[in-house]
Amino acid sequence: MLNAVEISNLTVKYPEVKALDDVSFVVKEGDFLGIIGPNGAGKSTLFDSMLGLNTTYTGTIKFFEQDIKKSKKYHKEIGYVPQKPEFEKNFPATVSDVVRMGLRTESDENKIDEILQQLWIHELRNRRIGELSGGQLQRVFIAKALVNNPKILILDEPVTGVDQQSIELFFSILKKLNSKQGITIIWSSHDLDAVNKLANHVACLNRTLFFHGESEKFFSDDELVKQYSEASMQEHMHHH
Amino acid sequence: MSFEILTYSFMHRALISGIAIAILCSVIGLFLVLRRYSLFGDALAHSSFGGIALGLFAGVYPLWTAYGVSIISALIITKIKDRYNISGDASIAVLLSSGIATGLVIISFSGGFSIDIFSFLFGSILLISVNDTVLILALTGGILIVILLLYRQILYSTFNEEQAKVSGISVEKINYLIIFMAGLTVVTSIQLVGVLLISALFVIPNVTAIMYGRGFKQTAIISISFSVFSVLSGILISYIFDITPAGTIVLFSIGLLAATMGIRSLGLLSKK
Repeated sequence: MLNAVEISNLTVKYPEVKALDDVSFVVKEGDFLGIIGPNGAGKSTLFDSMLGLNTTYTGTIKFFEQDIKKSKKYHKEIGYVPQKPEFEKNFPATVSDVVRMGLRTESDENKIDEILQQLWIHELRNRRIGELSGGQLQRVFIAKALVNNPKILILDEPVTGVDQQSIELFFSILKKLNSKQGITIIWSSHDLDAVNKLANHVACLNRTLFFHGESEKFFSDDELVKQYSEASMQEHMHHH
Repeated sequence: MSFEILTYSFMHRALISGIAIAILCSVIGLFLVLRRYSLFGDALAHSSFGGIALGLFAGVYPLWTAYGVSIISALIITKIKDRYNISGDASIAVLLSSGIATGLVIISFSGGFSIDIFSFLFGSILLISVNDTVLILALTGGILIVILLLYRQILYSTFNEEQAKVSGISVEKINYLIIFMAGLTVVTSIQLVGVLLISALFVIPNVTAIMYGRGFKQTAIISISFSVFSVLSGILISYIFDITPAGTIVLFSIGLLAATMGIRSLGLLSKK
């Protein structure tokens, strides 16, 4: 199996604090990696660096063996679903307009139809995006991320503000994308149970990499889970 | 009333240039409105007033100096906004007043207001020359081609800069390109409605079209149609009643906005 992602000695320093300290891990092609960690653990910084939004890091990030600072080719292998899709509420774009933005090649309406059907939002294709519910929007943004047939899908805690039924649907879609289509998934989440159910690997981040390995190992080690829970609880208390 | 006015060649030039400017302003304006840059056109127009005064003072064709000043101001405003972290609306206010202030000082040096200044302030579409018409058509064609070629990149970076960046679009370059094209559009449109009413052409047809709740291309088409309708009606009606074309065009545009608001509040604009 190829290394889909290879992160070596990634360090990001902000003026007062190290957001990430010497983080290294590898994601094999076809893996489903859940990244967990308390608020402020550096998950967003990690994603921003992987997506090319933050370039002030030391260490290397490689997609399919290519250093992202040296080659832009990797861009087309990544689909990204942001935590909360932000846009002007009255932006005059329909669902299919938004999905079409993700399409890198010539407009291919069949491909757009196919993706919309796959995500159960085909009947919404002519609706304005400002009129959709949180769960529907989330699927539109997944569709936009998938329309280029990416090899890696990166999702940033994408269940915030989405109803339970949509969350279930979302999970089953992710599972299918990973197992049936072999898409490598990197997914940051607060939801330990969901990570346990879906991901086959876990990375536990709290500025440094606290644990990285098979999710069975993590979840069967009560001590690890307890430590993680305490760390995130402290962080939680700290925030309030 | 006869159709005699449609046989005058100055009227042909006015109508042709008017249609081109209407299309150009609604297309560029749609991106500006969606980027929360509605007053940007206004600021550029006011700053190009400084350029016009400079041209009149130096004896150069004022629109050339206006093009230069407008484009430079457009780039400066973007830099200032990024570099000093001044909010968009405040940097627009700074640019707007600097342009007018510079213009006023230059004008007073050259002996006060002349008829030329008024024609730039309020537009003079009926006096438009063959050369100006050709220039307007060429610029409109050029800018529309660029927009069509980079349609996805421009739309995506207007929708969400961060996601556009992630997908590999050079968002910064696209932003500068839009600003640059807006600078050209503003000066081109000065001849139609003058410095003072430019933002109406950029903003009103688009705000109206967005209310129809359609997709992006349909919204652009609705906006262009309303804009062309206002400009044509404005030019013809103002000529017949011997009133100012610029004001009449803008009032037609506002009329369409008011009608759309009325239709919408009656619940007649069904959502798809």
